[in-house]
Amino acid sequence: MSDKKITIEVDGQTLSADPGQMLIEVTDEAGIYIPRFCYHKKLSVAANCRMCLVEMENGRKPMPACATPVGDGNKFFTRSKAAIAAQRATMEFLLINHPLDCPICDQGGECELQDLAMGYGRGISRYTESKRAVEDKYLGPLVSTDMTRCIHCTRCVRFGQEIAGIQELGTIGRGENMEIAPYIEKTVDHELSGNIIDLCPVGALNNKPFRFRARSWEMRQAELVSPHDAFGSHLYGHVWRGKVMRVVPRDSESLNETWISDRDRYSCEGLYSDERLTEPMIRQDGEWRTTDWATALGVAASGIRKTVSDDPSQAGLLAAPWSTAEELYLIKLLSRSLGVANLDHRLRQTDFSAQQDDAAYPGLEIAIADIDTQDALLMLGCRPRTEVPMFAHRVRKAVRNGARVMIVNEQDDDYLFARHAHLVGPDLSGQIAALCQAAQANVSGELQSLVHNATVSDAHRQMVKALQEAEKGSVFLGHAAARHPQWSVIRSLASALAQACAASLNCMGEAANSAGAAMLGVLPHRDEGGREAVQTGKNVSQMFADPLKAYLLFGFEAENDCASAAQAVETLAAANHVVCVSSYLTEAMQSYANVILPLGSFVESAGTFVNCEGRWQSYTGAGSPLGEARPGWKILRVLGNTLECEGFDFNSAEEVLTAAQQAVGEVALRNVFTTAGSAGHSDAPDSGASPGLYTSDPVVRRSRPLQEVGHTAASPPLQATA
Amino acid sequence: MSDTTHPGSGESILAAETRAEIDRWVAKFPAGRQRSAVIAALREVQHHNHGYLTDELMNAVAEYLDIPAIQVYEVAAFYSMFETKPVGRCSVSVCTNISCMLCGADELVSHIEKKLGIKTGESTPDGKFFLKREEECLAACVGAPMMMVDHVYHENLTPAKVDEILDAVE
Ligand code: SF4
Ligand code: FES
Ligand code: FES
Repeated sequence: MSDKKITIEVDGQTLSADPGQMLIEVTDEAGIYIPRFCYHKKLSVAANCRMCLVEMENGRKPMPACATPVGDGNKFFTRSKAAIAAQRATMEFLLINHPLDCPICDQGGECELQDLAMGYGRGISRYTESKRAVEDKYLGPLVSTDMTRCIHCTRCVRFGQEIAGIQELGTIGRGENMEIAPYIEKTVDHELSGNIIDLCPVGALNNKPFRFRARSWEMRQAELVSPHDAFGSHLYGHVWRGKVMRVVPRDSESLNETWISDRDRYSCEGLYSDERLTEPMIRQDGEWRTTDWATALGVAASGIRKTVSDDPSQAGLLAAPWSTAEELYLIKLLSRSLGVANLDHRLRQTDFSAQQDDAAYPGLEIAIADIDTQDALLMLGCRPRTEVPMFAHRVRKAVRNGARVMIVNEQDDDYLFARHAHLVGPDLSGQIAALCQAAQANVSGELQSLVHNATVSDAHRQMVKALQEAEKGSVFLGHAAARHPQWSVIRSLASALAQACAASLNCMGEAANSAGAAMLGVLPHRDEGGREAVQTGKNVSQMFADPLKAYLLFGFEAENDCASAAQAVETLAAANHVVCVSSYLTEAMQSYANVILPLGSFVESAGTFVNCEGRWQSYTGAGSPLGEARPGWKILRVLGNTLECEGFDFNSAEEVLTAAQQAVGEVALRNVFTTAGSAGHSDAPDSGASPGLYTSDPVVRRSRPLQEVGHTAASPPLQATA
Repeated sequence: MSDTTHPGSGESILAAETRAEIDRWVAKFPAGRQRSAVIAALREVQHHNHGYLTDELMNAVAEYLDIPAIQVYEVAAFYSMFETKPVGRCSVSVCTNISCMLCGADELVSHIEKKLGIKTGESTPDGKFFLKREEECLAACVGAPMMMVDHVYHENLTPAKVDEILDAVE
C-alpha cells in the first residue's frame, strides 16, 4: 500500500482514504454508519451477509462496503434509493429463517439483528412458508446456543481460525442445510472462547451462566479492571439490583483490544458463591460464632497489639498480590506504624535469595501493544495460555506478523502458535546457561562455571541466532520461572542472555497487582518506590518456616494460594493469633484463624491495579458489598484506627490512592539481574503450588462454570500436597 | 494452526497407497497450502473405504494434512459426493435436475425405489446398492434422462435400460 492518500466521496461528503482500503473502514472512521453483520474490524473479510450493500456511481449492481476497495474519485451512496432497497432486501432474506423470538432471547435489547431490523426491516413478513429449525449444539458450560437464530455470518468460525489459533467451529452442510457447529459435538474449551458471544450479532451464541438473569436495559454498566492477571484487561461489570450479573470487555486497544479471557468473563460467577463470608466471625473457646464489626475488630486488634508490644518481630503481615493498591498501601502503613518488618505479598515465590537485586517491580520493558511487532520472542518458564491468556493472544499475533517464537519450559503446553524452536525438559537454569554459552554472554561469579559446563545443542544456537538477528528481540520470564526454586539463577542468566542479544527482558508479574505491591513496598526488604527498607524482615517463606506468634492474612487462602501451603496451614494453626481478611470462608481457615473479617470482593469497591507495564488503572466498582462485608480499604482504615496508628484518616479510596501514588513517586523499570543468590538452593520447603488457569485465585476457584470447563481437569489439583 | 510441524509424520490409519496419492496432490500446491488437497484426499480415502467416510478416517486426513479436523468435516459435509455414514457398495445417482426431470427422471427414481425396495438416501439391506438422495445436473443434459452408477454415466435411460444396468452390477 503506498502512503499516498486518495479522495473518495460518500453521500456527498469528501473523505480521504488509503488506496485499497475497504469502504466500510473509511466510513467507520468518518462516522458514517453502514449496516453489517459479518464484518468485524478484528476479523478477516468474509462478505457473506450482504447487509452492507451500497450504491456506487457507475456501478452495475450494489457493492458490499466491507469488501469493496476504494479507488481515487469513487463516489458511494449509502442511503440512496438503490442502497436502501438492497439493504432492505437483504434484511428480508435474513429474517426468512430467523425465529423472531426476541421476547425470550437474551440478546434482545443488544442485538445487531434486532437493531438493524428496526432500521431496515418491514413491519410485516411476506414469508408464509415454514421456517427451518436447527438443533442446538452443546458447546460446554460457558456458551449457550440457539442455533435457529444463526444468520451464518461466520464471525465465530473466523474467530477460532484467526484469533484463538484453533478452529473448533465450522460450517457443516450447505445451502439451506448449512449449520454452524463443531462436527463432533464437544465443548469449546479455548481460554478466549467467550468472545464468540460478543461477536455473534444475533442471539445464537450467548453467555450460558447469565441466561435469563436480566435484560440488558435493566442493568447499569460499571467500569472494572481485571483482577486475575498482570495485563489488567479492561472490563465492564453489568449490575442489576446491586449485583454483578455478567462481565463483558471494555475496548482498550493497547491492552485487551476488544477481547477478554474466559477467566475475566466468568470469574464473576464466583462472587456470590455459598462460601462468601458475609459477617465477621470470631473463635471463642474453640467455637466459631458470627459477631458485629466492633467486636471482631476489637479482638483482631487486641491480639495484634499484644504481640507487637512484646516483640514486633513476632508478627507478620501477608497480602494477596491481587489486592488493590489502596489496600496494599494501607497494609504498608500498618506495618510501618506497628514496627512490623515481616511483610510480603510474593505468596507463590520460592527463591528469595537475591531479593536485594529485584527490579522496582515485576514488569515488562516493552509495552504490551509492542508484543505483536517483535521479531523474536524467547519465553523462559512460561505457559502463556494458563498464565496470562491475553499474552498468548499477543504472541499469536506476533507469530502471524512473522515473529520467531522460542520456548524453554520444564512443563510442556499446547501453545496454539507455531514455534521456531522449542525445548522441554527439566533443568531450566541449565538450558538458559547453555543459551548464555551460545550467545557468549557475560556472566560473573558462580554463574561462570554453570555457563561454562553447559552443553550447547543446535536448538540453543538456533534460538540465540534468531534473537541476535532480530531487530526487536525480547526475552520473557513467565510464572513458572518466577516460582522456580532457582529463580535468582534463572533471571540472572536471562539478564545476561538478553544483554548479549540486545533483547529486552520482561518479567510477567504473578498477579493483577504484583507490580503495585512491589512499588508500594509490601515486601520485607523494600519501602515505597523501591527504596531499601531500614530493617529487613522475614519473607513469606521464612514467616511460615520459622513460626511467628501473630499473623494478618489479607485477601487470600493460605491453603490454596501459597507455595508451601501445607506448612503454612500447620504454622498458622500453631500461632497465637491469626486474623484473616477474606471474602470467603474455608474449612482450613477456620482451623487456623482466630478472627475472620468479611472482605468485599474486587467489584464491590473502588480500586487500582498496577499492571505489568507499570500502568496504574483505577476503577470505581460495581455493586454493593454482600451482607456485612466491607471494602478492604475501609476495613484496614478502621483496623489502623483501632490500633491507634498514625495517618489512617482517609475518607475515600481516592484519598488513599493519592497518598499511595505520592509515596511511590516515579519508578523506572530496569530488568538487570546480576546476583545469583544461593545458586540453586531455595529456602522453601517445596517447589511451589502452580495453579491451573481456573484455580489461580479465590474468586476464580469459586466460579462454577469455569470449574466445569475441560481445561481445569488437566491442571494440578487445587491444594498443594503435603 | 496446529502444533504438529511436520505434515505426514507419525502413524496413520491411512493405507500407504492412499498416502502416496495424497502426497501427489499436496505436491501440486504451494508449500503450506496442503489444505487445498483435502478434496482429493477425501475422495481417495472414500474410494478405499467402500464409498463412505468415517469420523476416524476424516480425523486421519486432518492429521495427515496437518489442518484442523473441522476443516475436513466442512468439506466432507459440503460436497454431495462424500458420504459420512455407511452406505451400499454401488452408488446410484439419478439426475433430477431440469432437463432430466422434463425427460422423465422422477419416473426413473420411483422405478429404482420400487426395484431396490428403498427410498432415495437409503441403502439396500444387503449393502449392495446406495441410492443417492438428490443429484443435480451432471452436465449430460443432451442424453437426458441420465444416471451415474459408480462414477459411470448412463444416458437416454428407460426403466428397461435401468434394469439391465443394475442387474449387471456384481
Ligand atoms: S453463531 Fe452467531 S457468530 Fe456464528 S455464524 Fe451464526 S450468527 Fe454468526
Ligand atoms: S458486512 Fe459486508 S457482506 Fe457482511
Ligand atoms: S439436468 Fe440431468 S444432466 Fe443436466
